[in-house]
Amino acid sequence: MPENYEPKIVAFFCNWCTYLAADLAGTSRMKYAPNARVVRVMCSGRVDPQFVLAAFAHGADGVLIGGCHPGDCHYQEGNCKALRRYLMLKRVLKDVGIEEERFRLEWISAAEGDRVRAVMNDMAAKLRALGPRRVVRGTDRPAEVAA
Amino acid sequence: MATRNGGSRAGVYICHCGTNIAGTVDVKALADYAASLPGVALAREYKYMCSDPGQELIRQDIHDHGLDRIIVAACSPGLHEKTFRRVTADGGLNPYFFHMVNIREHVSWVHEDKASATAKAKDLLRAAVRRIRLHQPLERRTTPIHPDVLVVGGGIAGIHAALTLANAGKRVYLVEREPTIGGHMAQFDKTFPTLDCAACILTPKMTAVRMHPNITLWTLSEVAALEGYVGNYKVTVRRKPRYVLEDLCVGCMECIEACVYKQAKVPDEFNLGLSKRKPVYIPFPQAVPQVLVIDPETCIEFKSGKCKKTCVEVCAERNAIDFHQKEEIKTIEVGTIILATGFDIFDPRRIPYYGYGVFPNVFTALEIERMINASGPTGGELRLRDGRQPGSVGIVHCVGSRDEHTNRYCSRVCCMYSLKLAHLIKERTGADVYSFYIDMRTPGKAFEEFYNRIGEEGVRFVRGKVADVYPSDNGDSRLVIQVEDTLLCMVRKIPVDMVVLATGLEAHKDAQSVRRLFNIGCSSEGFFLERHPKLAPVNTFTDGIFLAGCCQGPKDIPDTVAQAGAAAAESLALIQAGCIELEPNTAHVMEEVCSGCKTCLSMCPYQAISCLPEKQKAWINEILCKGCGTCVAACPSGSITQNLFEDEEIFAEIEGILAYA
Repeated sequence: MPENYEPKIVAFFCNWCTYLAADLAGTSRMKYAPNARVVRVMCSGRVDPQFVLAAFAHGADGVLIGGCHPGDCHYQEGNCKALRRYLMLKRVLKDVGIEEERFRLEWISAAEGDRVRAVMNDMAAKLRALGPRRVVRGTDRPAEVAA
Repeated sequence: MATRNGGSRAGVYICHCGTNIAGTVDVKALADYAASLPGVALAREYKYMCSDPGQELIRQDIHDHGLDRIIVAACSPGLHEKTFRRVTADGGLNPYFFHMVNIREHVSWVHEDKASATAKAKDLLRAAVRRIRLHQPLERRTTPIHPDVLVVGGGIAGIHAALTLANAGKRVYLVEREPTIGGHMAQFDKTFPTLDCAACILTPKMTAVRMHPNITLWTLSEVAALEGYVGNYKVTVRRKPRYVLEDLCVGCMECIEACVYKQAKVPDEFNLGLSKRKPVYIPFPQAVPQVLVIDPETCIEFKSGKCKKTCVEVCAERNAIDFHQKEEIKTIEVGTIILATGFDIFDPRRIPYYGYGVFPNVFTALEIERMINASGPTGGELRLRDGRQPGSVGIVHCVGSRDEHTNRYCSRVCCMYSLKLAHLIKERTGADVYSFYIDMRTPGKAFEEFYNRIGEEGVRFVRGKVADVYPSDNGDSRLVIQVEDTLLCMVRKIPVDMVVLATGLEAHKDAQSVRRLFNIGCSSEGFFLERHPKLAPVNTFTDGIFLAGCCQGPKDIPDTVAQAGAAAAESLALIQAGCIELEPNTAHVMEEVCSGCKTCLSMCPYQAISCLPEKQKAWINEILCKGCGTCVAACPSGSITQNLFEDEEIFAEIEGILAYA
């Protein structure tokens, strides 16, 4: 692992809950790890699986999606669509050797600035411990896939 | 660098925001870095980009340097995106040739290390530079605003908002859940600091609501469903049966007298159970509308169907009583909505050591308000449960406020109403009054003067948080208040006859379901979230829905009325404009790529997508589309595009963040 390795996280935050929560963390002057860069989308349901793949393809160490809590989506149920895609993608990413900790979906409401801080810190710490992403080798594949 | 629509000459502006950004981000380095990026014609840093000179800088540069794209790295787009879009348009560019980079809320305010904060800001800026090349010129859609307004909640906030709008000539629907309007204010005796009686200032306004030709008042009613968007809301209201017909009842109250219940047996909600009412009742004598209500839970006719119905007999030819009245569903169309749904009183049973509900002579402040009110259950006499007049009273502040075990926030009104109650109790009974406070908070016009006056009247102030309330062991039925007096630095045990708990204000217990119904947010304490705490205090994140009164947070009557007026003004501003511009971030289908698979149809929560039968292609109704982009992410052939959030734009952003260029 390179010295002073700091993981880079691409975060997709919905405009109505998680992006506002991150704004609230700011106005509340909460301090957290500077590893994530936020891409604003109107709804977590806008996050195309290809965005996540593109982020990993271009070298992201982790991808975080933030949406409204189930039942609270500004667009009724876009976050549920995000959840479906997340669960599907998780399996795909595992198959190509990207560790589970690198891809995360979090429900964070506009009031939960402290949750933004906690998730940012936690994810950065986990990815730091995990180290940089490795190129997948045949032997790294999970047994059930290799077989 | 040639890209579509040009986009080769971007201007990048880095805001210092005083020291808010410049203190943590190296703005000079950021500007130098921006200037080095391909497609950037010039980069500047400036103290306050949102100020007039800052805005003028952009306009001038567009003119002088032929800029075709504008990027401002400053605060959250929630704050100034609109400002800079307008500036971009003023400079002669399409307003959507602008992108905002959030380096304050998301960078300088949340990070401490200058190097990593600057690195993060550079990444975000690079992403914006890559993205903005792809921005398309967009047109805003306009939609007409329906001139009618819905006001939810008939407390002082809802009443004031409704009257303001109605006086401006707008048609207002005022929906109230209870049988009468008036809200909590109707229960108060006098109001601080002027000590004018709540009823004297409130009831004329209640009557004005009833008399106003522009106000449709629906009591015992609730909003059941909401559809549509700003300017064009369709609201379903459920009107619960009152079992007394509003048009026919004259409010003579003879039916109460005639009821087969000779004695009133049901705890009276308005008097907090301190008195009893009959199954047919009027909440209080000045209720609006002046129409009785039958409580089906306790009325014998509803329970057995065998009542003599003496109430119907006495009502005679007026024929106002209808036991078969059914719930009614009304559908109305309005352009704007004001939520004034109020608050709940903190339930002091949640703090068991204060003994509410255990020791009979522990009361809440609202119970004292009722008791001390001339039309209250005791006719204005302050009485212990056994009928005696108290010789000493202890008022405990901050019950359910400023306490990490209940609510951390200050309820703002309790210090002042406690001072008012102290004065009234002293005035009526001459009792010794102790006030146990943590900090005395009296910020407001003539509030501090009121505090001083109450001190001069001989109320004894004890600074300390009450730790316990327990019965005295002298057998004299008194209660002992144990408190650490933080000015004397000693624990004191003060026996009193009556304990009054200055209970705080909480978000209404239905706030969460109301929030979902109206698609707005709540802050962490459960109160409705305003769009911006300073610059948009009555707006919500849903356009056309405004907040008034304590549903947004605890506040006193003057602030509530001011906020209600502000909400009415905001609503009026929209109505008077006649139409509103909507964000152009809708989705559209590129027919030549669409395979007609219909995957997108089930994605849309607004049924905005249909399949054109003759072409077998998806089609999006732009009026119904709210711009979430869920269909865009779902389309297998990539044939749906969302304005402002095009796939290519987001890919460019991702690549920009991760590029080490």
